[in-house]
Amino acid sequence: MPPYTALIILLALTVLGYWLGRRRPAAFGRKYHSLPGYYGSYVAIWCVFPALALYCLWQLVEPGFIRSQVLATLPAELLELPEAELGLIYNDIRNLVEGNIVSGAPGEEIIAAASRYTALQRMSNLGIALAVLVAGLASSGWALRRVKPTLRARNKVERTLRMLLMAASTVAIFTTIGIFLSVLFEAIQFFQLVSPLEFLFGLSWSPQTAIRPDQVGSSGAFGAVPLFTGTLLISGLALLVAVPVGLLSAIYLSEYANARIRAIAKPMLEVLAGIPTVVYGYFAALTVGPLLRQFGEAFGLGVSSESALGAGLVMGIMIIPFVSSLSDDVINAVPQDLRDGSLALGATQSETIRQVLIPAALPGIVGGILLAASRAIGETMIVVMAAGLAANLTANPLEAVTTVTVQMVTLLIGDQEFDSAKTLAAFALGLLLFVTTLALNVVALRVVRRYREQYE
Amino acid sequence: MNRQRPGPPEPVASSPAARAEFGRRLARRNRQESRFRLAGLCAVLAGLAFLAFFFLTLIGNAYTAFAQTHILLDVELSAAAIDPEGTRNRQTLGRADYQGLIRNALRQQFPAVTRRGDLRQLFALVSPGAGFDLRKQVLANPGLIGQKQRFWLAADDDVDMLIKGHMNRSAPESQRRINDRQLAWIEQLEAAGRIERQFNHRFFISGDSRDPEMSGIRSAVAGSFYMLLVTLALSFPLGVATAIYLEEFAPKNRWTDLVEVNINNLAAVPSIVFGLLGLALFINLFGLPRSVPLVGGLVLTLMTLPVVIIAARAALTSVPPSIREAALGVGASKMQAIFHHVMPLALPGMLTGTIIGMARALGESAPLLMIGMVAFIVDVPESPLDPSAALPVQIYLWADSPERAFVERTSAAILVLLAFLLVMNAGAILLRKRYEKHG
Repeated sequence: MPPYTALIILLALTVLGYWLGRRRPAAFGRKYHSLPGYYGSYVAIWCVFPALALYCLWQLVEPGFIRSQVLATLPAELLELPEAELGLIYNDIRNLVEGNIVSGAPGEEIIAAASRYTALQRMSNLGIALAVLVAGLASSGWALRRVKPTLRARNKVERTLRMLLMAASTVAIFTTIGIFLSVLFEAIQFFQLVSPLEFLFGLSWSPQTAIRPDQVGSSGAFGAVPLFTGTLLISGLALLVAVPVGLLSAIYLSEYANARIRAIAKPMLEVLAGIPTVVYGYFAALTVGPLLRQFGEAFGLGVSSESALGAGLVMGIMIIPFVSSLSDDVINAVPQDLRDGSLALGATQSETIRQVLIPAALPGIVGGILLAASRAIGETMIVVMAAGLAANLTANPLEAVTTVTVQMVTLLIGDQEFDSAKTLAAFALGLLLFVTTLALNVVALRVVRRYREQYE
Repeated sequence: MNRQRPGPPEPVASSPAARAEFGRRLARRNRQESRFRLAGLCAVLAGLAFLAFFFLTLIGNAYTAFAQTHILLDVELSAAAIDPEGTRNRQTLGRADYQGLIRNALRQQFPAVTRRGDLRQLFALVSPGAGFDLRKQVLANPGLIGQKQRFWLAADDDVDMLIKGHMNRSAPESQRRINDRQLAWIEQLEAAGRIERQFNHRFFISGDSRDPEMSGIRSAVAGSFYMLLVTLALSFPLGVATAIYLEEFAPKNRWTDLVEVNINNLAAVPSIVFGLLGLALFINLFGLPRSVPLVGGLVLTLMTLPVVIIAARAALTSVPPSIREAALGVGASKMQAIFHHVMPLALPGMLTGTIIGMARALGESAPLLMIGMVAFIVDVPESPLDPSAALPVQIYLWADSPERAFVERTSAAILVLLAFLLVMNAGAILLRKRYEKHG
């Protein structure tokens, strides 16, 4: 019996409950409080929730229960093994049951345990299906008995619905809390291995932990400064491209261009925002990188094929539409009176823009640039594909640098254990990235909002 | 907007010197004006030029991937080699050495080649995966056994690159991956009309492979599809429910404020951080398997949720209050007013936002790297619980592959991805247009 049988039973019961509940008030033959559908929903709700709670509870308890029961069948000398080895044996048992590859030939006691596991699993599935059936029947039966013409079914159903809506709105909060906690816990573990001071101010980054003390190149160093400078260098280059181009094109499109050009050029620029970042990364690595190197050779400059410049340029292009649409919003929010007043005093249009519009829109523009910066800092695929892996502490855009996000990806790709400083370092970097971008976002959103309120 | 430059005002200064000075200043200001205007135009053109450059390079790189070089060989499907016992048992047929049959065919084609080293180079002209194709054909039609048949077999990726002109035939031998002897054979085959570029159907029907000529995007597309299915099934109801609560029911207090600020912030959290959450929460804590579309879909759900919520709220606010009031006026409860009257009107807007969110989720790859969706997966997944690749991650993996033939395939996969995004966004725009007309 597959584990989801219980859910199928529950679904069938719910439909039945709805149908019975819906028919019930008509049997009374007199006026009743709510529409019949609400009585149906009332019974269905009572049918679903208790049984579903039971099911979820069982799903939580089941693995531990089966584990303890299966391990109890093992001979005593196996049980005295340390917890980690016991876990391996248990994994073997489960692999045997699921028909996966088992490490080594399974011993007799393992096979016995596996058959015990299968039996328990079958029993557990049957048990939960029965439990759900009984619970669903009992609670919907109780609800059915309560269906009377005076039952305010609509109010009750609506209250439940409202609770569900409210619960949905907390998902976003839980996501934030989840991100923060999951990153924080691993980061704390990391900081027990490596001091936060070394992490934040150390100048050398070579994330590895020695397996033997005499190993060659075993010196792990977790000084993240080269990553910060690399991130800042690439993001700075990106902003250097995106801010002038984005701002000027927003000004041109909103103040100078006629409606036809605007109708064509604006969506075309927005297309840039819709291109997936992995595509930009491919482009940066395979087209822009080699192109820059050829340029460099022509001028006698040694440009690394994974230069910060290439990644920064392409990232800049990616955030152009971001800067331009935000600037467009804030420039359009400046009241027409200010423009008219300036023009009436004899200022040219560019003087009006530079001396009236931009100062008036400045907080909004700055907010937009901060948001763009936060996006550039957190951007991953372009730098993973086009920037280097070596942590160079340099400000030369022609050299290869690495960034926080690149290191997070390289540290976490592939198989890894969760207790080495190497993988935990990725979470420490993640914490830093999350806090930085969060701070930038909060400040930027506040600035933008205050600015909008100023003119509304 | 006023587009006229300010004309020369009535001269205020009376002296000729002052008037000349004024004229000079005005001329300078007008020059500044046109410079500024030109700068703006240049900025717009720069963006558009990049877009054009981008698409031209991409299409230029990609179009050759839709064809694949094939070699025509007369393969002797001898019964002794394929089915020695004559049982036509599918298992026996499946186990036969088809690559060996192809090698024999090559030997017959070039009887002069006898030395072992030369033979190995000769055999390298045909893809190592061609045997699988041959097996498929034999399994589909066992009547072929015992006959000599002409088959178009996929050429190796190096041959493919040579035929497509990505490898210079006149370059010195050491700079080519095809040596002079192989080149001579290829030219003989060409002269005999035995080399042809055919439509590359494998690109659409097979999964990933180490051999570029055998690789395709099917498994990646299927993985992305399942992931989007999970994302859609979760983020749409959750997003709409949140929007309805915040817009229609939530009391104006600090908690609601917090939820709102939080949603706006989540929309700007880097996607890689969601990957960390997925790794720590779904994989480490809940013990869900790695590389499966279900986990990918869950992570993408959390990521797209803010987008959906923001769009759904905008859609709800755009419904005129008169609708709500009319429904309440005739005795509907608040729930009824919202679900029976406001929701149907807001639905197109909500769907538009959801499609845009889905399009973003489709192109996202950074969080998927974190939850192990970068594994080398050949099989096409059959459910959201089978390990699979995703289209953007496949692009990332191919872009990292050293073989030259993967460059065109990467570009082609990008074109496919962009085509999907285009369809989704066009759908969203159409929906919005229709909605605006009715609304």
